[in-house]
Amino acid sequence: MTEIARSQTSEAHGIGAPLWLLAELTYRCPLQCAYCSNPLDFAAYRDELTTGEWIDIMRQARAMGAVQLGFSGGEPLVRRDLETLVGEARRLGFYTNLITSALGLDEARIMALREAGLDHIQISLQAGDADMAAAVAGSPKAHAKKLAMARAVKAAGYPMVLNVVLHRHNIDDLDAIIALCDSLGADAVELANCQMYGWAQLNREGLLPSREQLEVAEATTARWRERLAAKGRDMRLLFVVPDYYAERPKACMGGWGAIFMTVAPDGAVLPCHSARMLPMSFPNVRERRLREIWYDSEPFNRYRGDAWMRSPCRDCDERKRDFGGCRCQAYLLTGDPAATDPVCEYSPHHGLIEAAREAASTDPRRVEQLTPRSVHESQVFCRQ
Amino acid sequence: MSAPVDSRTVYRLRPGWRLQWEEAQGRHVLLYPEGMVQLNDSAGAILSLLDGERDVSALIDELTRRYPEAPSGELAQDVRDFLADASQQGWIHHD
Repeated sequence: MTEIARSQTSEAHGIGAPLWLLAELTYRCPLQCAYCSNPLDFAAYRDELTTGEWIDIMRQARAMGAVQLGFSGGEPLVRRDLETLVGEARRLGFYTNLITSALGLDEARIMALREAGLDHIQISLQAGDADMAAAVAGSPKAHAKKLAMARAVKAAGYPMVLNVVLHRHNIDDLDAIIALCDSLGADAVELANCQMYGWAQLNREGLLPSREQLEVAEATTARWRERLAAKGRDMRLLFVVPDYYAERPKACMGGWGAIFMTVAPDGAVLPCHSARMLPMSFPNVRERRLREIWYDSEPFNRYRGDAWMRSPCRDCDERKRDFGGCRCQAYLLTGDPAATDPVCEYSPHHGLIEAAREAASTDPRRVEQLTPRSVHESQVFCRQ
Repeated sequence: MSAPVDSRTVYRLRPGWRLQWEEAQGRHVLLYPEGMVQLNDSAGAILSLLDGERDVSALIDELTRRYPEAPSGELAQDVRDFLADASQQGWIHHD
């Protein structure tokens, strides 16, 4: 979801349209990845939006100018009305992306989604081999199922992006991971180093790779790009550096409330899928219209533009490019969502990043020993 | 350097990509998995005419007919440059 130009459409208030709508249909998921980006207390949100409510949301968003639509979760295939929603989205003119683990997919459903007009399927892989994949996802059978479904998705004629979350336990196997993606016929591969939100933040020291691991992985990716080009294979490799090793903070979501809007399973409307952990409450589409939420609500305006920034961002030329980095990361690390993202070397809290890298270097846990994303674990956070 | 554009080549959009007029943005956009290219007027006009049948010379003829005020030598070169670039970027394919 990175390659989208900044919205140049603007209404009288100078606020661009939400070009991207992420529809998180459910937090339910059969897998237990220890880096899941869902909220820690996901089990508290059980009152999912209905089919009719989602259709109304899509109509509202489309009328506002949204054109890219991601069906995500949790696992969106858990929703039996997915085909209905895809069909309506396509009629409205959205480009429809299904972001899935592939669990819950079968050939009949692939064809039904195709018939409904689904444009693209993104499948996540946890590793290049079944054993590591099972250890990460907590399911011994998921890997084989994913491979079979990836082949079926390509056979059905979809463009297919594979997404592999990288961390210290699988990053050394990157060569085999890319080879697997190539053999599956992927059109693009997101080699997405784990970012530290949600469950990943909880397991941070057990997930962060070392700088050496990262350098080897980048060299492997570069080698594969050359190899793919040499054989005329059009498979784009997108390598996402972990924030904790980035040189500059990322321009998170293209800016707060700039182009991206998430609707969570219970109808909360968020500037990104991680934002509901911030110490603020977000409007709900069950109570207010999307247009009013996007343009006029206090939470969507709080970190728009740069008037909210403090030093060092306020006086820094790069604020126009990185928007001060990520509000969630600032909050998770400093307790203040308006702080400069500590990823930035100019942040007075940058030492926290260095300390986390240091702590990770001595964390002895195997991937099976991390806290899995599960309803049982989540209920602990619901009570807090 | 991009490969030269042959007059008989039939370009089409990359499979799974979609060209669409977006009223809210007042322009054509090229939609692809999780992304979008916002096109200027001439790019939108050229890509709209890729119907899977017109070759490059027919495409240039059609654009010349539609935009008679454009100097025809320049138009043809601009179209070829754009197609070479779009092909290089992977937006369009040919057999």
